[in-house]
Amino acid sequence: MKPADVLVIGAGPAGLAAATAASRNGCRVAMLDDNPAAGGQIWRADITRPHDEDPARAAAIADFHTSGAALLPGRRIVDVPSPSTLLAEAGGHFETYRWDRLILATGARERFLPFPGWTLPGVFGAGGLQALVKGGYPVAGKRIVVAGTGPLLLAVAAHLREYGASIVTVVEQASTLQMLPFAASLLRSPGKLLQGAGYRRTLGATPYQTGCWPISGQGDETLRSVTLTNGRRTWTVECDLLACGFHLVPNTELAQLLGCTLQGSFVQVDSQQQTSVAGIYCAGEPTGIAGVDAAQVQGEIAGLAAADCSPPPTRLLARRAKEAAFGRRLTHAFRLRPEVLKLASQETIVCRCEDVTFSQLQTRSNWTDAKLHTRCGMGPCQGRICGSATEALFGWQLTSVRAPLFPIPVSAFCDESSSLNAPSAR
Amino acid sequence: MPDQQIVIHVNGSPISVPAGSMLSAALLMASAPCRISTTGEPRTALCGMGICLECRAIVNGVPHTRTCQTVCQEGMRVETQS
Repeated sequence: MKPADVLVIGAGPAGLAAATAASRNGCRVAMLDDNPAAGGQIWRADITRPHDEDPARAAAIADFHTSGAALLPGRRIVDVPSPSTLLAEAGGHFETYRWDRLILATGARERFLPFPGWTLPGVFGAGGLQALVKGGYPVAGKRIVVAGTGPLLLAVAAHLREYGASIVTVVEQASTLQMLPFAASLLRSPGKLLQGAGYRRTLGATPYQTGCWPISGQGDETLRSVTLTNGRRTWTVECDLLACGFHLVPNTELAQLLGCTLQGSFVQVDSQQQTSVAGIYCAGEPTGIAGVDAAQVQGEIAGLAAADCSPPPTRLLARRAKEAAFGRRLTHAFRLRPEVLKLASQETIVCRCEDVTFSQLQTRSNWTDAKLHTRCGMGPCQGRICGSATEALFGWQLTSVRAPLFPIPVSAFCDESSSLNAPSAR
Repeated sequence: MPDQQIVIHVNGSPISVPAGSMLSAALLMASAPCRISTTGEPRTALCGMGICLECRAIVNGVPHTRTCQTVCQEGMRVETQS
C-alpha cells in the first residue's frame, strides 16, 4: 500500500511534533510554513545569537529532520481548490498540494485592542517587538514599556532586557487577585514556575504593575510617552517604544475555509485531534490557547492519528489533559477587564488597513454592515487585526472566511508555471 | 552579533545591517516607515509575523512585500510604500 501523504500546515511546536510523529510512523510528510524558517513564533530563530538556541527548539527541529519529513518554508495557504488539495502562494507563484491526511497547526496571533496612539511608529505587539528584535532590530538603551496581558509580557520584557533595553515598567491589566489561583497552580508545574522565576530574576527591580493598563500613547511622528491607569489615577511615562499585546487569538481561518466546525473561537477536535472533517486534524493554539507544551503533545497525538497509530498512548493523553487544564487556568487568570475593551476615542483608528475610525464604526450595526459602509476589515489583513478589536468594542462576530485567505499578487494568476492554470485545477 | 554585515538601500540611502536581518528590522534601524496609510500616517511593523500586513513595503520594485517575512539580501532596494 502506498504510504499516506500527510500535509502539515505550520512549522511551530505543534506542526513539528505532528510531522515528526507521522513521518516516523511510515507516512510521507511535507510541512509548509509562511515564514522563512521553522520554529513558529515561540521558537523564532534569533539572527543575532545563532549559537544560543533554545534546547527544546533544537531538539524538536533535529527530530523533525531525522524523521525524514520535508520542510517547505515561505509558502502561504490561500485557497482550498478541492476537498483534498490546498493552494499555496510562494514568491508570486501558485503551488497545489494534495493530501490524504491534513494537520492544521496554524498557531495564534496577538490580540490588539485599539487605544489613542496605537498606530504610532514605536508601538508594537509584545510578541511583535520580540520577533523584530530576534530579526535584528537593536533595542539596547531604548526605554520600553511592556503592557497588555498574559504570561508573554514577562517573557518579552526579560528578553528585551537581555538585549540591553531599559524596561520602564511591565503593566498587566489583570489584578493580582485574579492571577493568584493561576500563580498558585504553577507549583504543580515546576518547569513553568522556574521559567517565570527566571524572567522575574532577569527583570531585577523593574516594576511589574498588576491591575494597570495603557490608555493612550503620545507622540507626533513617533511614540514619546504612554499614559497608564489603574482605574483610580492616571500617570504618564516617557519611553521610546511600547510593546503591547492582550494575550492571543487563534488562527482558525484555514480551518474555517475547510469547513471545520468551531466551538466558540476554537477549532473543535476529538480525542485524536481530528476536526469535524474526516482526515483533517488540528493541534496547538487553534484548539485552545494553552502554550508550547500543550501544542507539542497535541501535535504528537495528531501525527500518530494521521499515521493510523491509534489509540494514542495513555501517557500522551495524560499530558494533554494536564496542559489543557493549564490553558483553562491561563485564560481565566488573564481574562480581560471591561475597561480595556473600550479604550478607543472617537478619532482612534480601529481598522489600520483602511484607516477606519471608531466614530465611523459606531453607527454600524454589525460586521457586514461595517464592511459595506466603511471598508473596515476589507484591507490586506482581512479582519485579522480589526476583527478582534471590533468584537471587543462592539461585540461583532466575523461573518465569513473567503479565499484567498491572504492577498495574492495579480501576477500569480497570469503566471504560466502556476499550477492553478493546470486543467486539473479549478 | 553575526560578523558579516550587508548593505541594503532604504529609500535610496545605503544602510549596513547584520546578515540575516529581517527587512522590517532594517527599516526600523533606518527609521523609515514601511508604508504610508490611506490617510497619510507613517506605519511600521506591528505584529512582526506577517499577519497584520502593516510591514508592507516596495522591495526591489515589488509592492506589498511583507518585510517581516523577508530576509535582507545584499544590494536589496526597499522603499516606503504609499
